[in-house]
Amino acid sequence: MPTATPSPKKKKVNRIGLELPIYRGSKTTLCAGCGHNAISERVVDACFTMGIQPDRVVKLSGIGCSSKSPAYFLGSAHGFNAVHGRMPSVGTGAMLANKDLVAIGVSGDGDTGAIGIGQFVHLMRRNLPMVYIIEDNGCYGLTKGQFSPTADVGSTLKTGVVNDLAPIDTCALAIELGATFVARSFSGDKKQLTALLKAALSHRGIAMLDVLSPCVTFNDHEGSTKSYSYAKSHEEPIEEIDFVPYFEDITVEYEPGTTREVTLHDGSRLFLKKLDEGYNATDRAQAMRVLRETRARGEFATGLVFVDPVAEDFVTSLNLVDEPLASLSEGRVRPSRSVLDDIMGGLR
Amino acid sequence: MPASDLAVEERPSTSLTKPVVNDFSIQVATVNGSGSQTANLVLLRSIFQMGVPVSGKNLFPSNIAGLPTWFTIRANKDGYIARKKEIDVLVAMNAETAREDVLGLRAGAVVVYDEPLKLDTVRDDLIFYPVPFDTLVGEVSRDVKLRRRVRNMIYDGVLAKLFGVEIDEMEKALRKQFGTKPKVVEINREALDVGYAFADAKLEKRDHFRVEPMEGNQGRILIDGNAASAVGCLMAGVTVVAWYPITPSSSLCETLISYLRRYRVDKKTGKATFAVVQAEDEIAALGMAIGGGWAGARSMTATSGPGISLMGEFAGLAYYSEVPCVVFDVQRVGPSTGLPTRTAQGDVLSTAFLSHGDSRHPLLFPCSPEECFEMAISAFDLAERFQTPVFVLSDLDLGMNTWMANEFEYPDKPMDRGKVLDEDTLERIGRFGRYRDVDGDGITYRSIPGTSMPAYFCRGSGHNEWGQYSERSDDYKKNVDRLTRKFETARNWMPAPIVEINRKARIGIVAYGTTHWAVVESRDQLVAEADLQTSYYRLRAYPFRSALASFIERHDRVYVIEQNRDAQMSTLMRIELRAELAGRLRSVLHYSGEPIDARSITDDVLIQEGYRVEYSAFSGAVPQDAGVGGE
Repeated sequence: MPTATPSPKKKKVNRIGLELPIYRGSKTTLCAGCGHNAISERVVDACFTMGIQPDRVVKLSGIGCSSKSPAYFLGSAHGFNAVHGRMPSVGTGAMLANKDLVAIGVSGDGDTGAIGIGQFVHLMRRNLPMVYIIEDNGCYGLTKGQFSPTADVGSTLKTGVVNDLAPIDTCALAIELGATFVARSFSGDKKQLTALLKAALSHRGIAMLDVLSPCVTFNDHEGSTKSYSYAKSHEEPIEEIDFVPYFEDITVEYEPGTTREVTLHDGSRLFLKKLDEGYNATDRAQAMRVLRETRARGEFATGLVFVDPVAEDFVTSLNLVDEPLASLSEGRVRPSRSVLDDIMGGLR
Repeated sequence: MPASDLAVEERPSTSLTKPVVNDFSIQVATVNGSGSQTANLVLLRSIFQMGVPVSGKNLFPSNIAGLPTWFTIRANKDGYIARKKEIDVLVAMNAETAREDVLGLRAGAVVVYDEPLKLDTVRDDLIFYPVPFDTLVGEVSRDVKLRRRVRNMIYDGVLAKLFGVEIDEMEKALRKQFGTKPKVVEINREALDVGYAFADAKLEKRDHFRVEPMEGNQGRILIDGNAASAVGCLMAGVTVVAWYPITPSSSLCETLISYLRRYRVDKKTGKATFAVVQAEDEIAALGMAIGGGWAGARSMTATSGPGISLMGEFAGLAYYSEVPCVVFDVQRVGPSTGLPTRTAQGDVLSTAFLSHGDSRHPLLFPCSPEECFEMAISAFDLAERFQTPVFVLSDLDLGMNTWMANEFEYPDKPMDRGKVLDEDTLERIGRFGRYRDVDGDGITYRSIPGTSMPAYFCRGSGHNEWGQYSERSDDYKKNVDRLTRKFETARNWMPAPIVEINRKARIGIVAYGTTHWAVVESRDQLVAEADLQTSYYRLRAYPFRSALASFIERHDRVYVIEQNRDAQMSTLMRIELRAELAGRLRSVLHYSGEPIDARSITDDVLIQEGYRVEYSAFSGAVPQDAGVGGE
């Protein structure tokens, strides 16, 4: 386990005494300016600030540009780069083996929306405790820019090919499937994305973040609806988010009636300042309405779209013993001789 | 006519003078969903309780209700429990198949049938016992629903009287079946009595088959292979189970779940030491098992051929990233959907090399419930020792049929968790490299997430010995060569073959899994009928041991007997054998979907050995195309 080494310069340490570099990963091999790198930095920030123990984290991914990124943050955490679109099942198995792990899954729009839609659907439905980030750029970067299932109608490839199939809205789908924390953000929105990631880490259950993350090489041109300029001009935050971790006191006073407070599983609090009058992020129907309406206007809503902070997660529902299953001793998992005798007795 | 349809004359089991004791087969032809399974199991169990070696095989359709099904019970004093090709006693309850069933019998066979079917008009060389089931069931109950449920129990009563099965043993078997429901036991007992009384009063015994008590089954249990595997998994300390329902493997996980709930939940807190997930498909099931194995759990899944096909990509990931997990493949028939409710050994090659690239997996081949139990435990040990998926290849015949077995022995060895990195090891080896071969056996140390040991990035993409991403040719080659070395190390850790060398034998037999039981019987037939001595090598695992080559070396010809069309095990053997030895291999192949029988093996071997195989009395009496449904 990485521990804080006392430094003569008194470097900045987080609340568990670790320095920031411990939360970094290896050097990125993605394109310069790739939105995914910004997301990796936000994950580093969020985990450092929250004082997450790196050796409790498992980083999981499928295949694609997005799925390379877990190598670029939390280098001292275990990682698993699985097969295309099937990371949710690997994450599920890992969480069953050790329910104390903090699972951070990184997927892409192809890895989730196309080949992995089946596992995505069941991951949401099971409400597995996991932060699931879709680094969404509307195209397959690693195979040189083909459309993915989140590409908008009318969006064009660099070659001029126009997408004429309606996109899958992963947020709307997740809400429909019973996901308990659904957010959308933009890799360029540092403040919002960091707040959402911290909140996601404080949530017990599936925390799905669809993060628009432009592909600078294949999908950042005029005519693309996943480019930096398009995202900047069409992002429509639904609320201003203040995240107050469970280990800090509130320092800001909120004017009554303007802000909604949500207490997350670990005691951290979210203060959501309403921009849309009356918006309530704990209301599934409203969340669906906002997604639909902003989409109809050609905008995309960002922020915490939906949250249910009290629903029971999948692992908890299994009522497992307190210790992780993986570390149970032989005496706890191999029944005694008398059990075998009992079974044999019933079969004589 | 294919060779397997030929038969030499049976021993004189139809002799009219001598009673035939504890050596015959009974086939019950019914409709699935009619509750006949209870009557069949009660009959099977009562013969078992009388100490007579017995086996039961259910031939059923992939359907819930309304299609023909045949249940065959074989009682054999010598302990032969493979399927017997010939039927001695037919119980014809299904109007739809009755005619064909009767046409398929050999001369002299016995037919107990539902009187209105008038089967005695079909042939005149059989012994017929008509029973008016509908009239008799009226004596048991007026309730239409109840009558339907107990109607089949009447034939048990009739058979008890005709063949001397003790009626009290039947009641005991009933109690076993319906222990907690005294009323159900009572009405079924009434049905037994009605059948018995009818046979006593109206049927004159004209055949010579008899069941007599013997001392053959001390210390034995009745169990199906899937339940035996489940007990093995329970005792192996499985902690993560992910599965997707598929015939014929579903009952393995279902039985396991019931045992886990009973024996692995803390009585005080109600908390479980296991997690079970019914996954969305077989792909996810293996993915979960892999995630669990990676994070330190003893994890598993169970499936059949179509599931194995789906699991291909994940199997390669687990092989190459070296993650332990156990996969049970309860094999069924055919490519594609095939015959989902029939048995085969058709997944040997596809499982051995499951996935693309150079992938190879250890396989275990249980032949009995005892071995399902033992190999389930071994599989978890081997998976963790070799950090790789281990496949247990059972089949439908073993998994879903009821078998006699010796009581299982409590594991005498502690669990082998393999090379898991801890403080001491870390100090000894210095720097941790996930894929660094420190000990020279190809097996590297792994760290478990969440345990404070140094982390690594597990990936299916190219990696060097430090676990870093690498596309370098030398890194790739070095790593896969080490995987080969690891596979070599595994050879001598796999369950050893059971070898019987007969010094007089010029020919050898190699078989595996359920084929064993027919081989045992066939070897005796070969001696009795042609004085043909054989040696026998029962394979129990892949990779093979070097003893396999030595065995072949000792013999002029070696018959590899298996239940698939393409001689899959023989092919797997040829990959490793030098050409001269590979040239000695012959094949006996059985792939009709029915469990293999001794007669088919014996005839095939005799023909290949240049003997003339004569038609038996009954095959001449039956049209060649008859009996399609009956067997």
